Amino acid sequence: MNYTTKKIIKKIIFHVFILAICMLMIYPILYMFFGSFKTQQDIFQNPTSLFPEKWHFKNYVNGWKGFGGTTFSTFFKNSIFITIIAVFGQVASSAVIAYGFARCRFKGKTIWFSIMIITMLMPQQVLIIPQYIMFNSFGWVNTWLPLIMPGFFGYPFFIFLVYQFIRRLPEELDESAYIDGCSKYTIFFRIVLPLIKPALITSMIFATYWKWDDFFGPMIYLTDIKKYTISVALKMFTDPAAQSDWGAAYAMACLSLAPVVIIFFTFQKYLVEGISTTGLKG
Amino acid sequence: MRYKRSESSVLKNKKQCSSSLRRRIYNENIVGYVFIAPFIIGFLVFTVYPLLSSLYLSFTKFSGLGTPEWIGLLNYKRMFFLDPRYIKSLKVTFVYVFIYVPLRLTFALIVAMLFKAGGRIIAAYRTMFYLPSVIGGSVAVAVVWRQLWGYDGVINRFLISIGLMEEQFSFIGSKETALMTIIILAIWQFGSPMLVFIAGLKDIPMSLYEAATVDGANGWKKFWKITMPCLTPIIFFNLVNQLISGFMAFTQAFIITRGGPNDATMLYVVYLYEKSFTTFQMGYGSAMAWVLIVIVSILTAILFSTQNKWVYYGNE
Repeated sequence: MNYTTKKIIKKIIFHVFILAICMLMIYPILYMFFGSFKTQQDIFQNPTSLFPEKWHFKNYVNGWKGFGGTTFSTFFKNSIFITIIAVFGQVASSAVIAYGFARCRFKGKTIWFSIMIITMLMPQQVLIIPQYIMFNSFGWVNTWLPLIMPGFFGYPFFIFLVYQFIRRLPEELDESAYIDGCSKYTIFFRIVLPLIKPALITSMIFATYWKWDDFFGPMIYLTDIKKYTISVALKMFTDPAAQSDWGAAYAMACLSLAPVVIIFFTFQKYLVEGISTTGLKG
Repeated sequence: MRYKRSESSVLKNKKQCSSSLRRRIYNENIVGYVFIAPFIIGFLVFTVYPLLSSLYLSFTKFSGLGTPEWIGLLNYKRMFFLDPRYIKSLKVTFVYVFIYVPLRLTFALIVAMLFKAGGRIIAAYRTMFYLPSVIGGSVAVAVVWRQLWGYDGVINRFLISIGLMEEQFSFIGSKETALMTIIILAIWQFGSPMLVFIAGLKDIPMSLYEAATVDGANGWKKFWKITMPCLTPIIFFNLVNQLISGFMAFTQAFIITRGGPNDATMLYVVYLYEKSFTTFQMGYGSAMAWVLIVIVSILTAILFSTQNKWVYYGNE
């Protein structure tokens, strides 16, 4: 065997091996997808076969009916509304704050910046009880406000992400605009904002994922089924009281993941970049 | 700077009042605070106030309604001496975190090493490996996981069909294996630390490897003497991140096993939720929250204090 054939064989082995692991990795996802087209009987009788015996679309219809007269169109509408407003608030406020940290010189900046980093690391769930009591006193329990409002005051992870990005822009840009008579505010809106678009898109993608998937918040704050988000609605499929219709659960689970997966494949590049910029020294 | 000042002195005579206001708005110190104002307000309202009020609540008995009743250190005493379920949940959480964090990072690193080279096919693989991280935290996946590892699940049937197991068995329903299924779900999502590692691997200068090759180092040696030291800052970053999120894990354990069977998967936050929001012992829940803050802070502090022993920051 000469050198090149050896290399090719090595390559083939590598790819076969990786493909096998790949399959293992996405098997649960495929299983859910194909499971959503199986009849209840099919799911239980042939759990090891990935593909449905006969393609069965009724699960989507049954699942969509939802619970107690509230259909999944309500849950989707709720989730979409909450996600859009919350994501906008998180990203817009984080951009403003990040600019302040990256480009303004003011007293106490280091202290506030370290506070910001500490809040980023701080486990949010530990604040849930007093926050709940506070929102309750505002009359916000069983509304979407606790899920939306805090985002308008910045989200440390995105502040940090945008901050890192702004710091990599040449400072001469700001300076020349300043000499031309622009104030910091104008510089931010006219010059910096258009340049940090990639960082904003990355933040938006992450924010969308997290808001869309958020379960803890909606479960605690929402009591009326008409206000439920998809994640809380999906959980109802696992309630012991509910007659478990696995096919319907898979069907709705697939639909709930569809937006996330679509965004993922469309904006992959931004995601990878975002992870590399925040994960590193900068 | 000079240009600004002369402009404002021209305005001085005409609108003295508005000009001083103006100067104040454009003063650099204030400009900075205007930009970060949302953060400061949010920090005070959504972090500082809840933090302090939960500290107070942790010394009280409080059902969420009415006035909290001061009971001193009783909640803390109860936690460590009178509540075996709490101690169990603490143990379960530590087992969970200390198994999944190292394994997730090891997998992430191994796969990152395989995938650091560019190329279209590799990029496609990367996507496949990253996908579970994107959706893994969702309720949807938890619902599927419950079925996969359940009594009638695929894993079960598969192991029987290849002869590794004799009869049906619910991995989720048995207290020996339930936590394992949740740990596997957590490890499965190694995609995001993997991407961070790949970015880090790309940053290592090729010249280092070339020099090592000239000196006759083999692949293994290169890995331990070049790759690992250069990656330590990233490993450190990932460790801190994963450790904290490990202690926060909730959704998966809550949906898949609801803390059961026999509290075998009662992760800290699941127990905290149960105490605070199903039995409404909010004083006790607050005390648990504070202990969690202390635990996470101590572990983070330990990590940071070991930092200069093993983390290597290139240019310093």
